[in-house]
Amino acid sequence: MTIEAREAPLPGLGDAEIVFDVQAFSAYYGAFRALKEITFQIREHQITAIIGPSGCGKSTLLRGFNRMNDLVQSAHSEGHILYHGVDLYAPQVDPVEVRRRIGMVFQKPNPFPKSIYDNVAFGPRVAGYKGDMDERVEQSLRRAAIWDEVKDKLTTPGTALSGGQQQRLCIARAIAVEPDVILMDEPCSALDPVATLRIEELMHELKQNYTIVIVTHNMQQAARASDVTAFLTMGDDRAGYLVEMDTTDKIFTRPEHRLTEDYITGRFG
Amino acid sequence: MSAASSPSTADLVALRLRSGGFDWQSYVLHGAMLLAMLLALGILLVLLADVAVKALPVLTQRPLDFLTSDLSSRPARAGIAQGLVGSLLLVLFVAFLALPIGVGAAVYLEEYARDTPITRFVRTNIRNLAGVPAIVYGLLGLAVFVTLLGLGEILVVGGLTLAILVLPIVVITTSEALRAVPASIREAALGVGATRWETVRNHVVPYAAPGILTGTILSLARAFGETAPLLMVGAVAGTFSVHGGLIEQLTGPYTALPTIVFNWAGQPQDEFRSLTAATIVVLVAVILLVNGTAILLRNRYDRRW
Repeated sequence: MTIEAREAPLPGLGDAEIVFDVQAFSAYYGAFRALKEITFQIREHQITAIIGPSGCGKSTLLRGFNRMNDLVQSAHSEGHILYHGVDLYAPQVDPVEVRRRIGMVFQKPNPFPKSIYDNVAFGPRVAGYKGDMDERVEQSLRRAAIWDEVKDKLTTPGTALSGGQQQRLCIARAIAVEPDVILMDEPCSALDPVATLRIEELMHELKQNYTIVIVTHNMQQAARASDVTAFLTMGDDRAGYLVEMDTTDKIFTRPEHRLTEDYITGRFG
Repeated sequence: MSAASSPSTADLVALRLRSGGFDWQSYVLHGAMLLAMLLALGILLVLLADVAVKALPVLTQRPLDFLTSDLSSRPARAGIAQGLVGSLLLVLFVAFLALPIGVGAAVYLEEYARDTPITRFVRTNIRNLAGVPAIVYGLLGLAVFVTLLGLGEILVVGGLTLAILVLPIVVITTSEALRAVPASIREAALGVGATRWETVRNHVVPYAAPGILTGTILSLARAFGETAPLLMVGAVAGTFSVHGGLIEQLTGPYTALPTIVFNWAGQPQDEFRSLTAATIVVLVAVILLVNGTAILLRNRYDRRW
Protein backbone atom coordinates (compact mmCIF):
# COMPACT_ATOMS: atom_id res chain seq x y z
CA MET A 1 0.00 0.00 0.00
CA THR A 2 1.36 3.41 -0.87
CA ILE A 3 0.68 6.43 1.22
CA GLU A 4 -0.33 9.63 -0.48
CA ALA A 5 -0.48 13.11 0.91
CA ARG A 6 -4.05 14.22 1.17
CA GLU A 7 -5.11 16.91 -1.26
CA ALA A 8 -7.62 19.05 0.52
CA PRO A 9 -6.00 21.73 2.70
CA LEU A 10 -7.57 22.30 6.06
CA PRO A 11 -9.78 25.38 5.97
CA GLY A 12 -8.22 28.62 7.10
CA LEU A 13 -4.66 27.35 7.21
CA GLY A 14 -3.50 28.78 3.91
CA ASP A 15 -2.21 26.90 0.93
CA ALA A 16 1.50 26.83 1.78
CA GLU A 17 3.20 23.55 1.07
CA ILE A 18 2.60 20.79 3.59
CA VAL A 19 5.80 19.91 5.47
CA PHE A 20 4.40 17.33 7.87
CA ASP A 21 1.35 15.27 7.14
CA VAL A 22 0.54 13.39 10.32
CA GLN A 23 -1.70 10.43 9.60
CA ALA A 24 -3.34 8.56 12.48
CA PHE A 25 -0.10 8.72 14.46
CA SER A 26 -0.13 6.81 17.74
CA ALA A 27 2.82 6.57 20.11
CA TYR A 28 3.40 4.04 22.85
CA TYR A 29 5.78 3.65 25.76
CA GLY A 30 5.65 -0.07 26.37
CA ALA A 31 1.98 -0.92 26.75
CA PHE A 32 1.00 2.67 27.57
CA ARG A 33 -0.47 4.64 24.71
CA ALA A 34 0.72 8.24 24.92
CA LEU A 35 -0.83 9.50 21.67
CA LYS A 36 -4.00 8.29 19.98
CA GLU A 37 -4.39 8.57 16.22
CA ILE A 38 -3.25 12.14 15.75
CA THR A 39 -4.04 13.53 12.32
CA PHE A 40 -3.09 17.02 11.21
CA GLN A 41 -0.81 18.95 8.89
CA ILE A 42 1.99 21.43 9.35
CA ARG A 43 2.74 23.94 6.62
CA GLU A 44 5.86 25.62 5.41
CA HIS A 45 7.05 28.91 6.92
CA GLN A 46 4.43 28.88 9.60
CA ILE A 47 4.83 28.68 13.33
CA THR A 48 2.66 25.89 14.59
CA ALA A 49 2.03 25.80 18.34
CA ILE A 50 1.07 22.60 20.10
CA ILE A 51 -0.73 23.31 23.36
CA GLY A 52 -2.45 21.15 25.92
CA PRO A 53 -2.38 20.06 29.56
CA SER A 54 0.63 18.35 31.13
CA GLY A 55 0.98 14.72 30.16
CA CYS A 56 -1.16 14.93 27.04
CA GLY A 57 1.73 13.89 24.81
CA LYS A 58 2.76 17.24 23.29
CA SER A 59 6.46 16.52 23.68
CA THR A 60 6.03 12.94 22.50
CA LEU A 61 4.36 14.25 19.35
CA LEU A 62 7.10 16.83 18.80
CA ARG A 63 9.81 14.21 19.30
CA GLY A 64 7.97 12.05 16.80
CA PHE A 65 8.85 14.58 14.07
CA ASN A 66 12.60 13.97 14.32
CA ARG A 67 12.53 10.39 15.59
CA MET A 68 13.91 11.43 18.96
CA ASN A 69 11.59 8.89 20.59
CA ASP A 70 13.74 6.18 19.01
CA LEU A 71 16.16 6.81 21.86
CA VAL A 72 13.60 5.55 24.36
CA GLN A 73 13.89 1.80 24.29
CA SER A 74 10.26 1.04 25.10
CA ALA A 75 8.86 3.56 22.60
CA HIS A 76 7.17 2.58 19.37
CA SER A 77 4.59 4.11 17.10
CA GLU A 78 1.79 3.39 14.66
CA GLY A 79 0.48 5.44 11.77
CA HIS A 80 2.57 7.76 9.66
CA ILE A 81 4.27 11.11 9.69
CA LEU A 82 4.94 12.16 6.11
CA TYR A 83 7.71 14.70 5.67
CA HIS A 84 7.37 16.29 2.22
CA GLY A 85 5.49 13.15 1.29
CA VAL A 86 8.02 10.65 2.67
CA ASP A 87 7.12 8.48 5.64
CA LEU A 88 9.63 9.26 8.40
CA TYR A 89 8.96 5.84 9.91
CA ALA A 90 9.64 3.85 6.77
CA PRO A 91 12.28 1.19 7.41
CA GLN A 92 14.84 2.63 4.98
CA VAL A 93 14.77 6.08 6.61
CA ASP A 94 17.88 6.88 8.65
CA PRO A 95 16.99 8.83 11.83
CA VAL A 96 20.40 10.58 11.69
CA GLU A 97 19.51 12.02 8.28
CA VAL A 98 16.07 12.97 9.59
CA ARG A 99 17.61 14.95 12.46
CA ARG A 100 19.95 16.81 10.12
CA ARG A 101 16.91 18.25 8.35
CA ILE A 102 14.62 18.57 11.34
CA GLY A 103 16.46 20.35 14.14
CA MET A 104 15.45 20.60 17.75
CA VAL A 105 15.69 23.09 20.60
CA PHE A 106 15.07 21.62 24.03
CA GLN A 107 13.21 22.72 27.13
CA LYS A 108 16.31 23.29 29.21
CA PRO A 109 19.18 25.03 27.40
CA ASN A 110 21.76 22.29 26.82
CA PRO A 111 24.91 23.78 25.30
CA PHE A 112 27.91 21.49 25.15
CA PRO A 113 30.57 22.31 27.77
CA LYS A 114 32.79 23.48 24.91
CA SER A 115 33.51 26.84 23.33
CA ILE A 116 30.68 28.84 21.79
CA TYR A 117 32.34 28.31 18.41
CA ASP A 118 32.54 24.54 18.82
CA ASN A 119 28.93 24.39 19.98
CA VAL A 120 27.80 25.84 16.66
CA ALA A 121 30.42 24.12 14.49
CA PHE A 122 29.71 20.60 15.77
CA GLY A 123 26.62 20.03 13.61
CA PRO A 124 28.18 21.17 10.32
CA ARG A 125 31.33 19.19 11.16
CA VAL A 126 29.56 15.88 11.61
CA ALA A 127 27.48 16.65 8.54
CA GLY A 128 30.75 16.84 6.60
CA TYR A 129 30.51 20.57 5.80
CA LYS A 130 33.59 21.53 3.79
CA GLY A 131 33.03 25.26 3.35
CA ASP A 132 34.14 28.21 5.45
CA MET A 133 33.32 27.17 9.01
CA ASP A 134 33.97 30.64 10.49
CA GLU A 135 31.40 32.08 8.14
CA ARG A 136 28.86 29.37 8.93
CA VAL A 137 29.30 29.91 12.65
CA GLU A 138 28.95 33.68 12.35
CA GLN A 139 25.92 33.43 10.12
CA SER A 140 24.20 30.97 12.49
CA LEU A 141 24.92 33.12 15.52
CA ARG A 142 23.64 36.19 13.65
CA ARG A 143 20.41 34.45 12.69
CA ALA A 144 19.94 33.40 16.29
CA ALA A 145 20.34 37.08 17.30
CA ILE A 146 23.23 36.41 19.64
CA TRP A 147 26.24 37.34 17.47
CA ASP A 148 26.74 40.80 18.92
CA GLU A 149 26.79 39.44 22.44
CA VAL A 150 29.32 36.66 21.82
CA LYS A 151 31.44 37.77 18.85
CA ASP A 152 34.33 38.77 21.13
CA LYS A 153 34.28 35.61 23.22
CA LEU A 154 33.77 32.74 20.81
CA THR A 155 36.33 30.65 22.70
CA THR A 156 34.60 30.88 26.08
CA PRO A 157 32.45 27.91 27.10
CA GLY A 158 28.83 28.03 26.00
CA THR A 159 27.86 27.01 29.52
CA ALA A 160 29.18 30.34 30.86
CA LEU A 161 26.40 32.31 29.14
CA SER A 162 23.13 33.33 30.79
CA GLY A 163 20.10 31.08 30.39
CA GLY A 164 18.53 33.18 27.63
CA GLN A 165 21.82 33.43 25.77
CA GLN A 166 22.36 29.70 26.14
CA GLN A 167 18.99 29.03 24.56
CA ARG A 168 19.78 31.34 21.63
CA LEU A 169 23.12 29.56 21.31
CA CYS A 170 21.21 26.28 21.13
CA ILE A 171 19.03 27.79 18.41
CA ALA A 172 22.19 28.86 16.55
CA ARG A 173 23.50 25.31 16.93
CA ALA A 174 20.28 23.95 15.45
CA ILE A 175 20.36 26.46 12.57
CA ALA A 176 24.00 25.73 11.75
CA VAL A 177 23.17 22.45 10.01
CA GLU A 178 20.73 24.40 7.82
CA PRO A 179 17.67 22.37 8.69
CA ASP A 180 14.31 22.71 7.06
CA VAL A 181 12.29 22.56 10.27
CA ILE A 182 13.04 23.63 13.84
CA LEU A 183 11.21 21.85 16.62
CA MET A 184 11.04 23.70 19.92
CA ASP A 185 10.07 21.90 23.10
CA GLU A 186 8.96 24.58 25.57
CA PRO A 187 12.06 26.62 24.72
CA CYS A 188 11.23 29.43 27.13
CA SER A 189 10.11 27.52 30.19
CA ALA A 190 13.46 28.07 31.93
CA LEU A 191 13.78 31.72 30.88
CA ASP A 192 12.69 35.04 32.31
CA PRO A 193 10.09 37.22 30.48
CA VAL A 194 12.71 39.42 28.78
CA ALA A 195 14.65 36.44 27.41
CA THR A 196 11.33 34.83 26.45
CA LEU A 197 10.33 37.85 24.39
CA ARG A 198 13.67 37.80 22.59
CA ILE A 199 13.18 34.15 21.65
CA GLU A 200 9.67 34.91 20.40
CA GLU A 201 10.93 37.79 18.26
CA LEU A 202 13.63 35.48 16.98
CA MET A 203 11.07 32.82 16.05
CA HIS A 204 9.19 35.44 14.07
CA GLU A 205 12.33 36.23 12.06
CA LEU A 206 13.26 32.58 11.64
CA LYS A 207 9.96 31.63 10.08
CA GLN A 208 11.00 33.41 6.85
CA ASN A 209 13.50 30.59 6.34
CA TYR A 210 12.26 27.73 8.47
CA THR A 211 9.14 25.93 9.47
CA ILE A 212 8.75 26.03 13.24
CA VAL A 213 6.81 23.73 15.51
CA ILE A 214 6.69 24.77 19.15
CA VAL A 215 5.32 23.02 22.19
CA THR A 216 4.35 25.47 24.89
CA HIS A 217 2.60 25.58 28.21
CA ASN A 218 2.23 29.29 27.93
CA MET A 219 -1.09 30.37 26.41
CA GLN A 220 0.07 33.93 25.84
CA GLN A 221 3.13 32.63 24.05
CA ALA A 222 1.06 30.49 21.73
CA ALA A 223 -1.31 33.41 21.11
CA ARG A 224 1.50 35.91 20.52
CA ALA A 225 3.97 33.85 18.58
CA SER A 226 2.21 31.25 16.47
CA ASP A 227 0.23 31.25 13.24
CA VAL A 228 -1.51 27.97 13.78
CA THR A 229 -2.41 26.23 17.03
CA ALA A 230 -3.15 22.59 17.69
CA PHE A 231 -4.86 21.74 20.94
CA LEU A 232 -4.26 18.31 22.43
CA THR A 233 -5.81 16.85 25.51
CA MET A 234 -6.08 13.38 26.97
CA GLY A 235 -8.93 11.02 27.50
CA ASP A 236 -9.66 8.80 30.48
CA ASP A 237 -7.04 6.32 29.23
CA ARG A 238 -4.46 9.16 29.48
CA ALA A 239 -3.77 8.88 25.76
CA GLY A 240 -3.40 12.28 24.14
CA TYR A 241 -5.59 13.16 21.16
CA LEU A 242 -6.09 16.19 18.96
CA VAL A 243 -9.15 18.22 19.88
CA GLU A 244 -8.87 20.88 17.22
CA MET A 245 -6.41 22.72 15.09
CA ASP A 246 -6.93 26.06 13.44
CA THR A 247 -5.39 29.47 12.97
CA THR A 248 -4.17 30.78 16.30
CA ASP A 249 -6.51 33.70 15.92
CA LYS A 250 -9.55 31.46 15.64
CA ILE A 251 -8.48 29.05 18.39
CA PHE A 252 -8.08 31.88 20.85
CA THR A 253 -11.21 33.83 19.87
CA ARG A 254 -13.77 31.40 18.47
CA PRO A 255 -12.75 27.81 19.28
CA GLU A 256 -15.05 25.12 17.91
CA HIS A 257 -14.83 22.87 20.93
CA ARG A 258 -15.85 23.38 24.48
CA LEU A 259 -12.66 21.62 25.69
CA THR A 260 -10.48 24.12 23.83
CA GLU A 261 -12.38 27.05 25.19
CA ASP A 262 -12.16 25.72 28.74
CA TYR A 263 -8.44 25.18 28.39
CA ILE A 264 -7.50 28.54 26.90
CA THR A 265 -9.64 30.41 29.38
CA GLY A 266 -8.01 28.55 32.26
CA ARG A 267 -10.99 26.53 33.40
CA PHE A 268 -9.08 23.33 32.80
CA GLY A 269 -5.53 22.00 32.91
CA MET B 1 -2.95 52.51 71.65
CA SER B 2 -2.42 49.06 73.16
CA ALA B 3 -2.68 48.50 76.85
CA ALA B 4 0.56 48.12 78.81
CA SER B 5 -0.50 44.72 80.15
CA SER B 6 -0.97 43.07 76.73
CA PRO B 7 2.33 41.76 75.32
CA SER B 8 3.62 43.33 72.12
CA THR B 9 3.97 41.31 68.90
CA ALA B 10 7.74 41.40 69.25
CA ASP B 11 7.56 39.87 72.71
CA LEU B 12 5.29 37.10 71.50
CA VAL B 13 7.56 36.33 68.56
CA ALA B 14 10.64 36.39 70.81
CA LEU B 15 8.95 33.89 73.10
CA ARG B 16 8.20 31.54 70.20
CA LEU B 17 11.67 31.80 68.72
CA ARG B 18 13.42 30.86 71.97
CA SER B 19 15.33 27.58 71.96
CA GLY B 20 13.53 24.51 73.26
CA GLY B 21 16.37 23.67 75.66
CA PHE B 22 19.85 22.18 75.63
CA ASP B 23 20.21 19.85 72.62
CA TRP B 24 22.32 17.20 74.42
CA GLN B 25 21.63 14.52 71.79
CA SER B 26 23.48 16.51 69.15
CA TYR B 27 26.42 17.06 71.46
CA VAL B 28 26.74 13.39 72.36
CA LEU B 29 26.51 12.31 68.75
CA HIS B 30 28.91 15.01 67.71
CA GLY B 31 31.44 13.86 70.31
CA ALA B 32 31.06 10.18 69.42
CA MET B 33 31.67 10.81 65.75
CA LEU B 34 34.69 12.99 66.44
CA LEU B 35 36.10 10.21 68.63
CA ALA B 36 35.55 7.62 65.88
CA MET B 37 37.36 9.82 63.38
CA LEU B 38 40.28 10.47 65.72
CA LEU B 39 40.56 6.77 66.50
CA ALA B 40 40.76 5.82 62.82
CA LEU B 41 43.27 8.55 62.13
CA GLY B 42 45.27 7.72 65.26
CA ILE B 43 45.67 4.04 64.41
CA LEU B 44 46.86 4.96 60.94
CA LEU B 45 49.35 7.51 62.29
CA VAL B 46 50.73 5.07 64.88
CA LEU B 47 51.20 2.42 62.20
CA LEU B 48 52.93 4.82 59.83
CA ALA B 49 55.12 6.25 62.59
CA ASP B 50 56.11 2.76 63.73
CA VAL B 51 57.06 1.76 60.18
CA ALA B 52 58.89 5.04 59.59
CA VAL B 53 60.97 4.67 62.76
CA LYS B 54 61.88 1.07 61.93
CA ALA B 55 62.79 2.13 58.40
CA LEU B 56 65.10 4.92 59.55
CA PRO B 57 68.37 2.90 59.72
CA VAL B 58 68.08 1.73 56.11
CA LEU B 59 66.68 4.98 54.74
CA THR B 60 69.37 7.11 56.39
CA GLN B 61 72.42 4.89 55.97
CA ARG B 62 72.02 3.61 52.40
CA PRO B 63 68.96 5.19 50.74
CA LEU B 64 70.27 5.03 47.16
CA ASP B 65 71.94 1.69 47.56
CA PHE B 66 68.65 0.31 48.96
CA LEU B 67 66.65 1.53 45.97
CA THR B 68 69.18 0.35 43.36
CA SER B 69 70.36 -3.01 44.73
CA ASP B 70 68.99 -6.41 43.83
CA LEU B 71 67.39 -8.83 46.26
CA SER B 72 69.89 -10.60 48.47
CA SER B 73 69.91 -12.99 51.38
CA ARG B 74 72.55 -10.79 53.03
CA PRO B 75 70.73 -7.87 54.66
CA ALA B 76 73.60 -5.42 54.23
CA ARG B 77 73.44 -5.78 50.44
CA ALA B 78 69.70 -6.31 49.89
CA GLY B 79 67.74 -3.75 47.87
CA ILE B 80 64.40 -3.37 46.10
CA ALA B 81 65.43 -2.36 42.58
CA GLN B 82 63.91 -5.51 41.11
CA GLY B 83 60.70 -4.90 43.01
CA LEU B 84 60.46 -1.32 41.74
CA VAL B 85 61.03 -2.42 38.15
CA GLY B 86 58.64 -5.34 38.56
CA SER B 87 55.88 -3.24 40.11
CA LEU B 88 56.28 -0.54 37.47
CA LEU B 89 56.12 -3.02 34.60
CA LEU B 90 53.13 -4.77 36.17
CA VAL B 91 51.23 -1.50 36.53
CA LEU B 92 52.06 -0.46 32.97
CA PHE B 93 50.91 -3.86 31.76
CA VAL B 94 47.66 -3.47 33.70
CA ALA B 95 47.19 0.06 32.33
CA PHE B 96 47.61 -1.00 28.71
CA LEU B 97 45.44 -4.07 29.09
CA ALA B 98 42.70 -3.28 31.59
CA LEU B 99 42.02 0.34 30.63
CA PRO B 100 41.07 -0.10 26.95
CA ILE B 101 39.08 -3.26 27.65
CA GLY B 102 37.41 -1.86 30.76
CA VAL B 103 36.54 1.51 29.22
CA GLY B 104 35.32 -0.20 26.05
CA ALA B 105 33.11 -2.57 28.03
CA ALA B 106 31.66 0.32 30.04
CA VAL B 107 30.96 2.41 26.92
CA TYR B 108 29.21 -0.57 25.36
CA LEU B 109 27.14 -1.27 28.47
CA GLU B 110 26.12 2.35 29.04
CA GLU B 111 25.78 3.76 25.53
CA TYR B 112 24.94 0.86 23.24
CA ALA B 113 23.54 -2.17 25.06
CA ARG B 114 19.78 -2.34 25.28
CA ASP B 115 18.31 -2.84 28.71
CA THR B 116 17.57 -6.56 28.69
CA PRO B 117 17.65 -9.22 31.45
CA ILE B 118 21.02 -10.35 30.07
CA THR B 119 22.65 -6.90 30.30
CA ARG B 120 21.19 -6.45 33.78
CA PHE B 121 22.68 -9.83 34.73
CA VAL B 122 26.06 -8.77 33.34
CA ARG B 123 25.96 -5.43 35.18
CA THR B 124 25.13 -7.07 38.51
CA ASN B 125 27.87 -9.62 38.12
CA ILE B 126 30.52 -7.07 37.25
CA ARG B 127 29.74 -5.55 40.65
CA ASN B 128 30.03 -9.00 42.22
CA LEU B 129 33.37 -9.59 40.48
CA ALA B 130 34.73 -6.39 41.99
CA GLY B 131 34.03 -7.90 45.40
CA VAL B 132 35.74 -11.23 44.79
CA PRO B 133 38.85 -11.63 47.03
CA ALA B 134 42.13 -11.02 45.24
CA ILE B 135 43.46 -14.48 46.11
CA VAL B 136 40.73 -16.01 43.93
CA TYR B 137 42.06 -14.06 40.96
CA GLY B 138 45.48 -15.41 41.86
CA LEU B 139 44.13 -18.97 41.72
CA LEU B 140 42.48 -18.18 38.39
CA GLY B 141 45.76 -16.85 37.03
CA LEU B 142 47.59 -19.93 38.26
CA ALA B 143 45.05 -22.32 36.75
CA VAL B 144 44.57 -20.56 33.41
CA PHE B 145 47.80 -18.74 32.52
CA VAL B 146 50.44 -20.80 34.33
CA THR B 147 49.02 -24.31 34.07
CA LEU B 148 46.46 -24.39 31.24
CA LEU B 149 48.27 -22.07 28.83
CA GLY B 150 51.68 -23.13 30.14
CA LEU B 151 53.08 -19.61 30.19
CA GLY B 152 55.06 -20.29 33.36
CA GLU B 153 55.67 -18.00 36.27
CA ILE B 154 56.65 -14.88 34.35
CA LEU B 155 55.89 -11.19 34.68
CA VAL B 156 53.35 -11.21 31.84
CA VAL B 157 51.27 -13.71 33.79
CA GLY B 158 51.38 -11.48 36.87
CA GLY B 159 50.27 -8.55 34.70
CA LEU B 160 47.44 -10.51 33.13
CA THR B 161 46.22 -11.64 36.54
CA LEU B 162 46.28 -8.12 37.99
CA ALA B 163 44.57 -6.77 34.86
CA ILE B 164 41.68 -9.20 35.33
CA LEU B 165 41.58 -8.25 39.00
CA VAL B 166 41.10 -4.52 38.34
CA LEU B 167 38.96 -4.89 35.20
CA PRO B 168 35.62 -4.86 37.08
CA ILE B 169 36.68 -1.76 39.01
CA VAL B 170 37.58 0.02 35.78
CA VAL B 171 34.22 -0.95 34.23
CA ILE B 172 32.26 0.22 37.28
CA THR B 173 34.01 3.59 37.68
CA THR B 174 33.84 4.27 33.94
CA SER B 175 30.13 3.38 33.89
CA GLU B 176 29.50 5.79 36.72
CA ALA B 177 31.43 8.57 34.97
CA LEU B 178 29.45 7.99 31.76
CA ARG B 179 26.16 7.98 33.62
CA ALA B 180 27.03 11.34 35.17
CA VAL B 181 26.90 12.93 31.69
CA PRO B 182 23.30 14.17 31.41
CA ALA B 183 20.97 12.71 28.79
CA SER B 184 20.34 16.25 27.51
CA ILE B 185 23.90 16.36 26.15
CA ARG B 186 23.33 13.17 24.17
CA GLU B 187 20.04 14.56 22.87
CA ALA B 188 21.76 17.81 21.89
CA ALA B 189 24.36 15.98 19.81
CA LEU B 190 21.93 13.51 18.26
CA GLY B 191 19.53 16.41 17.63
CA VAL B 192 21.92 18.10 15.20
CA GLY B 193 22.34 14.88 13.28
CA ALA B 194 25.31 13.22 14.97
CA THR B 195 25.46 9.44 14.93
CA ARG B 196 25.64 7.56 18.18
CA TRP B 197 29.37 7.02 17.72
CA GLU B 198 29.98 10.73 17.00
CA THR B 199 28.02 11.58 20.13
CA VAL B 200 29.99 9.15 22.27
CA ARG B 201 33.38 10.07 20.81
CA ASN B 202 32.99 13.87 20.72
CA HIS B 203 30.89 14.46 23.80
CA VAL B 204 30.05 11.69 26.22
CA VAL B 205 33.52 10.15 26.66
CA PRO B 206 35.44 13.47 26.72
CA TYR B 207 33.07 14.89 29.33
CA ALA B 208 33.36 11.70 31.39
CA ALA B 209 37.15 11.54 30.96
CA PRO B 210 38.09 13.13 34.32
CA GLY B 211 35.94 10.60 36.16
CA ILE B 212 37.25 7.73 34.05
CA LEU B 213 40.82 8.86 34.66
CA THR B 214 40.37 9.19 38.41
CA GLY B 215 38.77 5.77 38.70
CA THR B 216 41.39 4.06 36.61
CA ILE B 217 44.30 5.67 38.44
CA LEU B 218 42.82 4.44 41.71
CA SER B 219 42.49 0.97 40.25
CA LEU B 220 46.16 1.09 39.19
CA ALA B 221 47.08 1.97 42.77
CA ARG B 222 45.11 -1.07 43.83
CA ALA B 223 47.07 -3.26 41.39
CA PHE B 224 50.31 -1.72 42.67
CA GLY B 225 49.55 -2.77 46.24
CA GLU B 226 48.20 -6.30 45.63
CA THR B 227 50.22 -9.15 47.11
CA ALA B 228 48.15 -12.30 47.29
CA PRO B 229 47.47 -12.93 43.57
CA LEU B 230 51.13 -12.35 42.71
CA LEU B 231 52.20 -14.97 45.26
CA MET B 232 49.85 -17.42 43.54
CA VAL B 233 51.22 -16.79 40.08
CA GLY B 234 54.83 -16.99 41.09
CA ALA B 235 56.31 -13.61 41.92
CA VAL B 236 59.72 -14.61 43.24
CA ALA B 237 60.21 -14.54 46.99
CA GLY B 238 63.92 -15.34 47.08
CA THR B 239 66.71 -14.00 44.94
CA PHE B 240 66.91 -14.05 41.17
CA SER B 241 68.59 -12.21 38.37
CA VAL B 242 67.38 -11.23 34.94
CA HIS B 243 69.73 -9.94 32.31
CA GLY B 244 68.66 -8.34 29.08
CA GLY B 245 66.05 -5.99 27.74
CA LEU B 246 62.32 -5.52 28.10
CA ILE B 247 61.41 -8.85 26.50
CA GLU B 248 63.59 -10.72 28.99
CA GLN B 249 62.06 -8.73 31.82
CA LEU B 250 58.53 -9.51 30.69
CA THR B 251 59.15 -13.22 30.14
CA GLY B 252 61.49 -13.86 33.06
CA PRO B 253 61.06 -14.32 36.79
CA TYR B 254 59.87 -11.20 38.54
CA THR B 255 58.90 -9.72 41.86
CA ALA B 256 56.96 -6.71 43.13
CA LEU B 257 57.21 -4.44 46.15
CA PRO B 258 54.35 -6.03 48.13
CA THR B 259 55.85 -9.47 47.48
CA ILE B 260 59.19 -8.30 48.86
CA VAL B 261 57.46 -6.96 51.97
CA PHE B 262 55.73 -10.30 52.46
CA ASN B 263 58.98 -12.21 51.99
CA TRP B 264 61.27 -10.07 54.14
CA ALA B 265 58.74 -9.87 56.96
CA GLY B 266 59.17 -13.64 57.32
CA GLN B 267 62.99 -13.60 57.46
CA PRO B 268 64.55 -14.55 60.82
CA GLN B 269 67.42 -12.00 60.83
CA ASP B 270 66.71 -8.79 62.71
CA GLU B 271 68.21 -6.63 59.98
CA PHE B 272 65.30 -7.52 57.71
CA ARG B 273 62.88 -5.71 60.06
CA SER B 274 64.34 -2.40 58.95
CA LEU B 275 64.48 -3.48 55.30
CA THR B 276 60.81 -4.50 55.40
CA ALA B 277 59.82 -1.20 56.96
CA ALA B 278 61.81 0.75 54.38
CA THR B 279 60.10 -1.15 51.55
CA ILE B 280 56.71 -0.39 53.09
CA VAL B 281 57.61 3.29 53.24
CA VAL B 282 58.46 3.28 49.52
CA LEU B 283 55.28 1.36 48.67
CA VAL B 284 53.03 3.64 50.70
CA ALA B 285 54.75 6.74 49.31
CA VAL B 286 54.11 5.62 45.73
CA ILE B 287 50.47 4.75 46.45
CA LEU B 288 49.89 8.09 48.21
CA LEU B 289 51.46 9.87 45.25
CA VAL B 290 49.22 8.05 42.77
CA ASN B 291 46.05 8.59 44.82
CA GLY B 292 46.97 12.22 45.36
CA THR B 293 47.33 12.68 41.62
CA ALA B 294 43.89 11.14 41.12
CA ILE B 295 42.32 13.48 43.66
CA LEU B 296 44.02 16.51 42.11
CA LEU B 297 42.77 15.52 38.66
CA ARG B 298 39.27 15.04 39.97
CA ASN B 299 39.19 18.43 41.67
CA ARG B 300 40.75 20.13 38.69
CA TYR B 301 38.31 18.84 36.10
CA ASP B 302 35.21 18.31 38.20
CA ARG B 303 32.26 19.38 36.08
CA ARG B 304 28.92 20.50 37.41
CA TRP B 305 25.89 20.24 35.16
